[in-house]
Amino acid sequence: MWYFANPLIVFGDDALEHLSGIQGKRALIVTDRNVAKLGFAERVGNELAKAGLEYQVFDEVEPDPSVQTIKHGGQVALDYQPDWLIGLGGGSSIDAAKAIWVLYARPDQEPDAINPSEFLNLRQKAHMIAIPTTSGTGAEVTSIIVVTDVEGQRKTGVMSQEVVPDIAILDTSLVMGLPPQITGDTGMDALTHAIEGYTSNWRSDFTDGPALIAIKRIFEYLPCAYNNGSDAEARMHMMHAATLASISFGNAMAGLAHSLGHALGGLFHTPHGRAVGLFLPYTMEYLVETTSNLYADIAHFIGISNGSDLEVTQALIDRVRNLAKTLNQPLSVREAGIEQTTYEQALPALVERAENEATTITVARIPESADLERMFRYAYEGKPVDF
Amino acid sequence: MATFASAEWVQAFHESINASKSYEEAAKNWEGDFYFIVEPEGSQTERICMYLDLWHGKSRRAFIAKSESEMKPEFVISASPKVWRKVIEKQLDPIQGMVTRQLKLKGNMAKIMRAVKAAQELVNCTTTVATEFPE
Repeated sequence: MWYFANPLIVFGDDALEHLSGIQGKRALIVTDRNVAKLGFAERVGNELAKAGLEYQVFDEVEPDPSVQTIKHGGQVALDYQPDWLIGLGGGSSIDAAKAIWVLYARPDQEPDAINPSEFLNLRQKAHMIAIPTTSGTGAEVTSIIVVTDVEGQRKTGVMSQEVVPDIAILDTSLVMGLPPQITGDTGMDALTHAIEGYTSNWRSDFTDGPALIAIKRIFEYLPCAYNNGSDAEARMHMMHAATLASISFGNAMAGLAHSLGHALGGLFHTPHGRAVGLFLPYTMEYLVETTSNLYADIAHFIGISNGSDLEVTQALIDRVRNLAKTLNQPLSVREAGIEQTTYEQALPALVERAENEATTITVARIPESADLERMFRYAYEGKPVDF
Repeated sequence: MATFASAEWVQAFHESINASKSYEEAAKNWEGDFYFIVEPEGSQTERICMYLDLWHGKSRRAFIAKSESEMKPEFVISASPKVWRKVIEKQLDPIQGMVTRQLKLKGNMAKIMRAVKAAQELVNCTTTVATEFPE
């Protein structure tokens, strides 16, 4: 038995106007200060007002939201008693909104101890809408919440099918102004979600289709969105691709690039998308011997057709590296600006963290500690994995 | 051959854990005890509570509790015999089992999620125990 969970997805021109038709009394908008400053919270609020809803904005979410911030947000929700939680922003804001929703329904719950086997009964208190303002994390459709333990310098992903939002609103106007760096970082995150979703041991017929379409759109439109942020067609396709990628990995689980990327991000604060995108080609090389048939499917789908499975897989990996280069992404940990001595000292912790990520056990070739250490070293030097 | 969830099986599991270098390495920092509960099903009419005290890569104690109140472990994982069999035979990943509520966990999920490798090795230890499942 396994599940495929997905919210109602509202997309297309003026998708945000869907809010003017919802029913309820009060909404709590969970976001960060930058998104609020851009006027997006106000735009959301104006649509809610048309539906006769009062609203309050909680704009204290920081990148990689901490347990403390989530607890504070949970208390704000308890005081305000909303019937809608609205996560507005990147993955951090949407994840924080999910966790605040949990604390609102279950004030006794520790955010980093959310347990998928427990009934939370969230919808007895409120429903949730997720409105992304980036095209990458896909948090708007997943059952995952990433919580950061500030003291332990560690990100923990917790899951519950109940935290999949009821509605995801994809309004392209919210991503039109994204700067190239964020477009590149989040776009590589989406590509990693899609490739890892397609190759996970937990993949299914329901997750394969979204992954393939996402990969195709990302290779086609991410460079356009990066080079010309006001290219509305590219922005729209990237927004859809990011959500499709997450529909895939959110139901199939991500893989090794996420294990290494989370470890790096936890210790060196490398932005999530940049970190996982950096490790993607290295982990694909590591998985070639077990997974080349699936990589070949992807290669064929995006038009790489000449050669054996191994040859088209290599061409696909080259395509990933070329895309990253086009987006001025670091191709090695060294290029990401991490000093070698510090990295060497952190290697045992990086390996221990990567080894204990749930995403490490969903791949066809589960690495031992020694292989993880080698992968980290190869990725530092920018050396293709050959073991 | 030991019958699953019998005293003999728990003892064999305990010995398998303590013989596993892979588990010892993966769980070297783990501190936490468990009830693995087998829920009543078919001819089995009572809950069976297998207690394991796992500490720094070793099993310090393992036995069948006389009643559920005998110990107060940090974690309780319960499932039907059919589900436990799927886990032991590696047909069901424990995380997938929890997400679909086939395995019910009481305790801090985050602590478990930070010890995925150890959990995987613990399942591997069960596979070295010659196990007979009651029909």
